[in-house]
Amino acid sequence: MAKLLVIRKINMELKELFLESLGTLALNRMRTGLAALGIIIGIGSVIALISLGQASQKSVQNQIQALGSNLLTIMPGAQRTGNVRSAIGTSTSLTYDDAKAIATSPQITTVKNISPEFSRRAQVVAGRNNTNTQIIGVTPAYAEVRKVNVALGVFITQRNVDALDKVAVLGPQVVSDLFGEGANPLGQSIRIRNQSFRVVGVTVSKGGTGFQNQDDMVFVPLTTAQKIIFGATNVTSISVEAKSAEVMTQAQDEIGYFLLARHHLNDPSQADFSILSQNDILSTASSITSTFTALLSGIAAISLIVGGIGIMNIMLVTVTERTREIGLRKALGAKKKIITTQFLLESIILTGAGGILGMILGIITSLIISHFINLPFTLSLFSIVLAIGVSGVVGILFGWYPANKAANLQPIEALRYE
Amino acid sequence: MSAECLWGIKNFMIKVKHVSKIYRHDSLETVALDDISFAVSQGEFVAIIGPSGSGKSTLMHILGALDTPTSGSYFLDGEDVGRLNDDELADIRNKKIGFVFQAYNLLPRATALKNVTLPMYYAGVPKEERLKRAKEYLEMVGLGDRIDYNPNQLSGGQQQRVAIARALSMQPKIILADEPTGNLATNQSLEIMEIFKKLNEEGHTIVMITHEPNIAQFAKRIISLRDGKIVGDKKN
Repeated sequence: MAKLLVIRKINMELKELFLESLGTLALNRMRTGLAALGIIIGIGSVIALISLGQASQKSVQNQIQALGSNLLTIMPGAQRTGNVRSAIGTSTSLTYDDAKAIATSPQITTVKNISPEFSRRAQVVAGRNNTNTQIIGVTPAYAEVRKVNVALGVFITQRNVDALDKVAVLGPQVVSDLFGEGANPLGQSIRIRNQSFRVVGVTVSKGGTGFQNQDDMVFVPLTTAQKIIFGATNVTSISVEAKSAEVMTQAQDEIGYFLLARHHLNDPSQADFSILSQNDILSTASSITSTFTALLSGIAAISLIVGGIGIMNIMLVTVTERTREIGLRKALGAKKKIITTQFLLESIILTGAGGILGMILGIITSLIISHFINLPFTLSLFSIVLAIGVSGVVGILFGWYPANKAANLQPIEALRYE
Repeated sequence: MSAECLWGIKNFMIKVKHVSKIYRHDSLETVALDDISFAVSQGEFVAIIGPSGSGKSTLMHILGALDTPTSGSYFLDGEDVGRLNDDELADIRNKKIGFVFQAYNLLPRATALKNVTLPMYYAGVPKEERLKRAKEYLEMVGLGDRIDYNPNQLSGGQQQRVAIARALSMQPKIILADEPTGNLATNQSLEIMEIFKKLNEEGHTIVMITHEPNIAQFAKRIISLRDGKIVGDKKN
C-alpha cells in the first residue's frame, strides 16, 4: 500500500516534470524550433538516402528480371577473317532454320519457347519526325520469352512472319519520339530504310533505362527484317526460355550439342556460337547487388554520422547555453536529479517529435525524388529504426550530458557561466 | 555540543567562524576571504559594504549556500552548512534562504507569476497553492496587475520586485540580497529599499551587499570589508 503511494507520488512528479519540460520547450519557440529542425533534417536525410539507395538496388534487379526468366541467349561466334578473330556475335553462323530445328527437335526436351531475333539500328521516319532506334525482327515467341505485353493493337503474329508483312509494333519511347507523347499511332505508317510499314501495336512501357531499353525499339516480323530491310539471311541472336530454372544447364548442353551436330562440328572448342545463360547474368547481378549493399551501408553510415553530429551539436549548444538557467534553478532549490530529469525529458520530447517529423520528411523526400528520377519507391522499417534509434540516442545523450555537467557545478559557477 | 551552545550557535541566524576562500588559478592564489568570523541574529538588517574586490560577493555566495568556503565553518539557523550534501544544500537554498540577485536572474521567457512559483515548484507545493501564494506576493510588491507580463515587458525596478516576490515565496528564514539596487535608477532603488525596510519591520532577517552609502543607510548594522577582512562593524 505504502509502495503504491510512493509509485503514485513518483508518477505525479514525473507528470509535473513532463508538463514543466513541455512548457519550457513551448516558451522557447525559436530554440526548440532550431533544435527540432536539426533533428528533423538529420533523421530525414538518413531515411531518404537509405530509401533511395534501396530503390536503385531494386531498380537494377527489376531491369535484370525484365530481360526474361530462365533465359538462354545463343549468340553467333566471332567472325574469322584469316587469323583475325572479331568480337563475339559478329559471325553470320546462326539462322532462323537453326531456331526452327531446335524448336522441333525431339532430342531437346527442356525448351519452352524459342525466339530468333535479328536486330540492328536504323533510322525510322514518320511524317516530319525521325529517330534512330533499334529495329528488331522477331517471331511471336519474342513476346513470351522477353515478357513483352501489348498496350494497344496486337504483337507480331506468325502470319506476319510467314507473309513477310510490312507491319511494325512500336515501343512507347518510339511512339513519343515519332508521334508525340501519348499519341495513338495505330494504322499510321512509318518508314524504315525507305520501306513503308503500318503500325499495328504499341508495347507496354517497362520503364527501362540504359542499354537495351525495351521501350525504345521497333518490332517487325523476323523475315521482313532479314529479307526486306537489311538483306540478311542470318539471325543476330536466339533467345531460349527453358522450362524451369533447374534445367538451365541441361538446356544449355542439349542445345549446344544439337547445334554442334547441325553445324557439322566435332567438339565444343570449335563452336561457332556461344550460349549465355541467365545464371551468367545473375552472377553479374549478384556482384552488382553486393556492390550496392556496400554502397548503401556507406551512405547509411555517413548520413548517420552527419545526422548524429548535427543533432549532437544542436543539443550541446542549446543545453550548454542554458548553463546559467541551470545555475538559477539550483540556486532556487532544484535538486540535481530534478534538473537532469527535466533536461532528459526535454531531450526525449524533442528527439521524439523531431524523429517523427523527420521520418515523414524523409519518406516524402524519397517519394518525390524516386518519382522524378523514375525509381521504384521502397521503404524499409530497418532504415527508420536505425535512423530514429541512433539519432534518438545521440540527441538524448547530448541533451542530458551538458545538463548533467552543469547540474554538477556549484550554483554560482553555473550562474556565472558565459 | 554543549560547547557549541556556549558559543551560542542556536541563538544566531547566521554564524560564520574563521571562513576563508582562496581561488587558485594555476600557481596564482587569490585570497578572497581571509579568516572572517561574525554572527547575525534573528530580525537584523545588515548591510555589507566594501569596494569591489573586497570579497563581499564571495561572502554573499557562501552565505547563500551557492558556493563553499575553502576553510572555516558556516552555520545557518543552527545547521552546519559545510556538512550538507548536494541535495540537502538544495533544500536549504529552497526553504531557508531567499536570494535576490543584482541581475534579477528571472527566467526570461516565463511570466512574472511563473517565475515566482519556481521555488515552490521545487519544494513540491501543489499547483493551486503555488499560484495563490505567487499572486499574493506579487500583490505585496505592488505588481498585482502585472502577473502575466514577461520580464522583458517590465522595468528594472519591476523585475527586481518580481525577484523579491520569488525570494519571499518559500517564507525563508533569511533574505540575502546581492547589490539589489546595483542595476537600478535612484528612484527605483529607493522603492526597492522601502520594500526591504518594510519586510525587516515585519520580522524578516535581511543581509544585503551594497557599495552605495545611501543604500546602506537603510540597514540597522553595517559591516565593512576590505581585502577579504572585516574592517568595521557598527550599529546604524
